[in-house]
Amino acid sequence: MKTIEVKALSKTYGSILAVDRVGFTLEAGEILAVAGPDGAGKTSLFRSICGLVDFDGGEVRVAGLDVRTDFDAVKPLLGYMPEVFSLYPDLSVEENLAFYAGLFGLGGDAFRTRRERLYDFSGLRPFAKRRAEALSGGMKQKLALSCSLIHDPTVLVLDEPTTGVDPLSRKQFWDILAEIRAGGASILLSTPYMDEVGRADRAVFMDRGRFLARGTPADLVGLYNGKVFEAPVEVTGEQLRALRAGGTTAARVGATLRVYAARGADAGAVAAELGRAGVDAAGLRERQPGLEDVFVHLMGRRPEPPNGESPEEGMGGGGER
Amino acid sequence: MSEAVEVIDLTRRFGDFTAVDHVTLKVGYGEIFGFLGANGAGKTTAIRMLCGLLLPSEGGGAVNGYDIATEPEMIKRSKGYMSQKFSLYPDLTPRENLEFYGTVYGLAGGELRRRMSDLAGALGLEVFMDRLTGSLPVGWRQRVALAAAILHRPKIVFLDEPTAGVDPVFRRRFWDVLYDLAEGGTTLFVTTHYMDEAEFCGRISIMHAGRIIEEGPPADLVRRYDRASLEDTFIHLISGAGAGA
Repeated sequence: MKTIEVKALSKTYGSILAVDRVGFTLEAGEILAVAGPDGAGKTSLFRSICGLVDFDGGEVRVAGLDVRTDFDAVKPLLGYMPEVFSLYPDLSVEENLAFYAGLFGLGGDAFRTRRERLYDFSGLRPFAKRRAEALSGGMKQKLALSCSLIHDPTVLVLDEPTTGVDPLSRKQFWDILAEIRAGGASILLSTPYMDEVGRADRAVFMDRGRFLARGTPADLVGLYNGKVFEAPVEVTGEQLRALRAGGTTAARVGATLRVYAARGADAGAVAAELGRAGVDAAGLRERQPGLEDVFVHLMGRRPEPPNGESPEEGMGGGGER
Repeated sequence: MSEAVEVIDLTRRFGDFTAVDHVTLKVGYGEIFGFLGANGAGKTTAIRMLCGLLLPSEGGGAVNGYDIATEPEMIKRSKGYMSQKFSLYPDLTPRENLEFYGTVYGLAGGELRRRMSDLAGALGLEVFMDRLTGSLPVGWRQRVALAAAILHRPKIVFLDEPTAGVDPVFRRRFWDVLYDLAEGGTTLFVTTHYMDEAEFCGRISIMHAGRIIEEGPPADLVRRYDRASLEDTFIHLISGAGAGA
């Protein structure tokens, strides 16, 4: 069953085209991740879908209902968690949940049952009496998620829910999402983390208001049509500049150097390029491309600019905002 | 002054809650030091003490050679600080923001203009200098914030989640800039939740419930705990320490 259907959606702000004729569907029990640079249009897309802003063209249906004409019927089906969620800092965890329940007319036993279920999900029960402002960042995000789930929506729209959240809390957050999905709800979310894109059922890379690529994480990785090499070496800035000046596309990734080469490239030739820039090529090996490699590639930017950088070319549409 | 940061048993209590609990740290000049930990572990409180913004309840030490308890004003002036929350004025241009910060640090005239133009060049900011800061994408605003933090050429810069919410392309470029700074001898004291960025650091520490529970080069920690990745190591250490926040 399609829980979200978006057709040719466009959203402008004055002369800026934030979302440019985007279309997709989300199925029940599915997680769809959207990744893209700041200014790509992700938040505008999400707000349009949730009926929070009007859009200029196209159509959005949630569970078959038109968000424009049937908003009252759509509203209880949707759970929206904006990037900055409004928790009441001086209310406790429990009071925040009660407040959001009230907005949806949920009270009494129905509220208490739902609340206990959310405590099971989130692990927030021991902190029920703690004021929201005294929660850690990871717990605040879990409370915000719980508040957006209070009315048992079938479609969740989460705008960068894990930004600024530590790896353990992120893992726990995704365990919660997996349970929600198992319960049949569907989830649309945006994230700057490529490992989260890899955990979604399907994903979209978005830039300048458009979808550049979409598919399962494996489909997206398959879009990479070159070779990726990696050497366990920490290069200096001078070496990196020498590599780029010689025409090599290279980037520091963690404690390694990653080299992007054409499909026909072989390790020997890449090692020679590194050698000319004074980089130790010992341990150079080909590696499977990952989602991050595809993302960097698709955004139409080289991983590293050769000399300084040209913001117009480097920034994509965001530079115009 | 042999170390950029040298603190012993640094402790901060708020009422009966101990946010930072006997933290001992040494960071040398030119190091990139990753200060990791779960949300709520006490990192920001520790950084505020190291920056001279908050006095310790117990313990102490020096940052850039200045005592954090008795010379916080000197630390405030000699360090750079870039926080996860933007400290820039959104309705001023980057140029105006940098002029403001320059004045705060006692810079003026030709010297200030020269430094601003050098930094704008090094960070690729030239074309954005006269737009409103608030209208810039996060990645560029972050660079303006970095420029503001290093305008007075501090020997140590504290970066509190400088790349939160930034896409992989921008994060790589931002780290190239940080590498160049470190190669020039600047000490970088960085918090991050991205484990690939932690691997950029020469050394990291992992903080949990106010204490530093592990410390060392990232690759050494992964080997020590026999894990597949730094992320696994981090999660193992934090959950093993009885967390769950």
